Amino acid sequence: MKLVLPNPGLDDRIPSYEDLDRMEKEEAGDRPKWDNKAQYILTCVGLCIGIGNVWRFPYLCQSHGGGAFLIPYVILLVLEGMPLLLLEFAIGQRLRKGSVGVWRAISPYLTGVGVASMLVSLLIGLYYNTLIAWILWYLFNSFQSPLPWAQCPLNDNGTGFVPECQRSSAVDYYFYRVTLNSSASIVDSGGIHWPIVLCLLAAWTVMCVCYIRGIGTSGKAVYVTAILPYIVLAIFLIRGLTLKGALSGIKFLFTPDVDELMKPTTWLDAGAQVFYAFSLAWGGLISFSSYNPVHNNCMQDAVMLTAITGLTSIYAATVTYTIIGFRATEKYDSCISDNIMTLLNAFELPEDSIFTSNYDAAFNHLNSSSPDIILGLDIKICDLQTLLSEGVEGTGLAFIVFTEAIANMPGSPAWSVLFFIMLFCLGISSLFGNIEGVVVPLKDLNMLPQKWPQEARTGVTCAVAFIISLLFAQHSGIYWVTLFDNFAGSVPLLTIGLIEMIAVVYIYGIDRFNEDLEFMVGHKPSIFWQVTWRFISPLIVLVILVFYLVTQVQEELTYLVWDPNSEEFPSLASVPYPKWIYVIIFLLAGVSSLTVPVYALCRLVFLCFKKKK
Amino acid sequence: MLEKILVLLCLPSALAQHLCTPGASDGYKVRLSIKTALGDQAYVWNENEMFLFRATLAFAMRTHFNGQMYNVSNIVVCDETPRVSFWFVVTSPLDTSTLVDRKDVEEAVRKSRNRINSAFLLTDKTLEFIGIAPTLAAPVYPDPPPWLIVFGVVMGAVGAGIIILLVTSVLQKKRKKNEKSEGEDDEEDTRVKTVENGTASDGVYNMSFSDDERFTKM
Repeated sequence: MKLVLPNPGLDDRIPSYEDLDRMEKEEAGDRPKWDNKAQYILTCVGLCIGIGNVWRFPYLCQSHGGGAFLIPYVILLVLEGMPLLLLEFAIGQRLRKGSVGVWRAISPYLTGVGVASMLVSLLIGLYYNTLIAWILWYLFNSFQSPLPWAQCPLNDNGTGFVPECQRSSAVDYYFYRVTLNSSASIVDSGGIHWPIVLCLLAAWTVMCVCYIRGIGTSGKAVYVTAILPYIVLAIFLIRGLTLKGALSGIKFLFTPDVDELMKPTTWLDAGAQVFYAFSLAWGGLISFSSYNPVHNNCMQDAVMLTAITGLTSIYAATVTYTIIGFRATEKYDSCISDNIMTLLNAFELPEDSIFTSNYDAAFNHLNSSSPDIILGLDIKICDLQTLLSEGVEGTGLAFIVFTEAIANMPGSPAWSVLFFIMLFCLGISSLFGNIEGVVVPLKDLNMLPQKWPQEARTGVTCAVAFIISLLFAQHSGIYWVTLFDNFAGSVPLLTIGLIEMIAVVYIYGIDRFNEDLEFMVGHKPSIFWQVTWRFISPLIVLVILVFYLVTQVQEELTYLVWDPNSEEFPSLASVPYPKWIYVIIFLLAGVSSLTVPVYALCRLVFLCFKKKK
Repeated sequence: MLEKILVLLCLPSALAQHLCTPGASDGYKVRLSIKTALGDQAYVWNENEMFLFRATLAFAMRTHFNGQMYNVSNIVVCDETPRVSFWFVVTSPLDTSTLVDRKDVEEAVRKSRNRINSAFLLTDKTLEFIGIAPTLAAPVYPDPPPWLIVFGVVMGAVGAGIIILLVTSVLQKKRKKNEKSEGEDDEEDTRVKTVENGTASDGVYNMSFSDDERFTKM
C-alpha cells in the first residue's frame, strides 16, 4: 500500500535495527527493565482487568441479551481490541519510549497525541482513585461484626429507625449518607467530608509506595494485585454456588435473547466496553512494552492478553450473578413472607394456613371473597425478575447490592473483607498503568526535571493528584465522579485511539511497521492484522465515536441525585445539569481531544514564524 | 341464698368482661407468632398459655406500680382468634369496674417487656403489642471506631514502606558513588574510557584532568 503521508526525518528520530540490537547486547543501563516476562504479563493483565470487569461487563451482558451478548463482545474483542493492543505493544517495543516519546519520534507534530494521553490518564486517575478510596472505606469498616451497613441507626427516642434509612434501606443509607454524606445536587458542595479525605490519603499513599521506583516496585506489587482477584473470585464462586438462588442468577445472566443482536446499541456498547476494558490510548501499555527486550514476541502477548481478558470477564460475570441471584431470592422470599404475614394478621388466620407454596391460591381465594379488605392492605408485588435486574451496575452493584448480599451471608465480615480487597487489587493494578501514563510523559515533556530521582517524581505526582482529588471529597463528590466517568474518559479515548491507528498506519507507514514486526518477532504479521489495522479497527472506532457524539448531543444532560425530599425517593431522582457544567464537560472531554490538532497547529505556526525570522 | 351468692360472685367477672371489647380505648391488642419464632419447637396455644400471659401481665403491673396488688383476675382478655391474637384490658385492683389508664399499661409493659418476651420464648417482633413500639436494641458503636484503627495500621505500614524504600535507594546511590570513585582509582593509569552513545547521564569523567593531588599526596 503506497498510501503514506510524507514524513521527513523519521529515520533520524528513531533507533535503527543495529542500534536496537546493540542496546540489547550492552544492556544499556538507565532505562528500567522487567525482571522477567511474568511481571510484564501480570502488569498488563492487571491493567486490562479492572473494576469494570466486575461491575460493568456483567450488567451489559445481562441487559443486552444475556448469553447472546457474548457474540458481539467476542467479535469486537478480536476485530477492534486485539489489533489496537498489538499496535500499542509493537510501537512501544520498537521505539523504546513512553507515549509522548513514541509519538514525538513518529512525527513532532503528533506530540499532541502523547500529551492528550497524559491528560486523559490524569483525569481518569483522579476519579478512579476516588473509587478506590470508597472501596478502602468499606474495607476498613469490614473489620467489625455486625457490619455497619446491616442495620439502620436508631432515631432519638430509640423506638424506630432514622426516617431517611427507614424509607430507603440500610445499605443505601450507609452509602449515600454515612460514607459520602451526599448533598442533593452537584451545585451544593456542602464542604469536605473528612472520612473520605482520609481514605483518599490512604489510596494515594498506597499508590505512591507501590509505584515509588517505577516498575521496579510496581512490578513486585503486581504479583499480589493481579493474582489475588482470581483467587478471591474462585472462593466467591464456590461460596456463591452453594447459596440459595445462585443458579437463578446465572440463568438470568446467560439466557440468550437473540433479538437484542439486531439492535445497534448492543454492538455499540460491546465495542465501547472492549475499548475501555483494554485501557487503550492511556499511554500505559506503550510505556510498559517499551521496557521489554527488543525481540519479545508481542504478537503472542496481544493474543494471550485478549483471551485472558475475555475469559476473565465471563468468569467475573458468573461470580457476580451467583451473588445477585442469592440476593434477589432472599428479597423475594422476604417479600412473600411479609405479604403472608399481612394476610394472616388482617384475616386473623392461624399461622400455618398460608405458606409460600399455597400463597397464590390463598391470595386469590381471599381476594375473591373480600376484595375490599385486600385493597386496604399493603400487599407488595414480588417479582423475582424485577429483583434480579435491580441496580446492578457501577457503584450501585458493589456498594449497595453486593454489600446487602454479603450482610446476609453467614460470616459476613470475612466475605466483606475478601470482596473489598479483591476490588482494591483490581483497581490499583489498573492504576499502575494509569500513573505510568502520567509520570513518564511528564518526565519526557520536561515538566518534571530529568535530574530528579524516580521517587521524587512519583511523590510529587501523587501529592498533586491527592490535592486535586479533594474535589471528590466534597458532599457533592459522587456527582463529580459520575461526571468525570461519563465525560473525561469516553470521547477523548476513542479519538486518541483512532488517531493512533491512523498515525501508525499512514504516517509511520504500515510497510515500515510490518518490517519492524518482522525484525522483532521473526515473521511478518498475517493478512488478518493487515486488514484490521488498515480498515476494520479504525472504522469500528470511528462508528462508535460518531454514534456516541450524536446521542450525547441530542439528549439533555441529566444526572441522578440522592434527594430525600424528592418524590421518587428512595429511587435516585433524575435532575438536569446546571448550565455552567457544560463548560466543565467541554474542558474534560474537549481539551484532551483537541490537544492533538491544537498542538500540531501551534507547532506549524511556530515553525513558520521561525522561518520568517 | 346460694344462688344469690353465686350471682354476686359471678357479677364482678361478668361486669369486668363487658369492659373488654375489641377497640377498647384503654385496651391493647396482642398478637403472637409462635410458629414463626420457634418453627418445629412451637408450643400449642391453649388455656394454660393464656393463664401464663395474664399472670405475666399482672406481674408487669405489680412491678410498675410498686405496692398495688394486681391479680390474674385483673387482666381481662377477649376476642381470641385462631391467629393467636386477642385484646386485653387491665382493671384496677381497688375497683374492678374501672380500667387502668392506657398510658400506665404501656409503661408497665415497656418496663417488663424482656421478661414478658422470655416467658413465652418470643421476641419483640413475634410478641407484638399493637400500639406499643418496642425500644430497639441500639447498635453498638465501639469507640474508637474500628475503621480508624485499620486505617492507622495501613498508613503505618505504608509509611514504613516508603521510608524503607527511600533509605535503601539513598544507600544504594551512596554505594554506587563509592564504587565509582574506587573504580576511578584503578583506572588512573588507563586514561581512555569508551563513551557509550547517549546512555551515560552526564558525560564521561576524563581522567587526564582529574584531581591527582587527592590520590597522590606523598
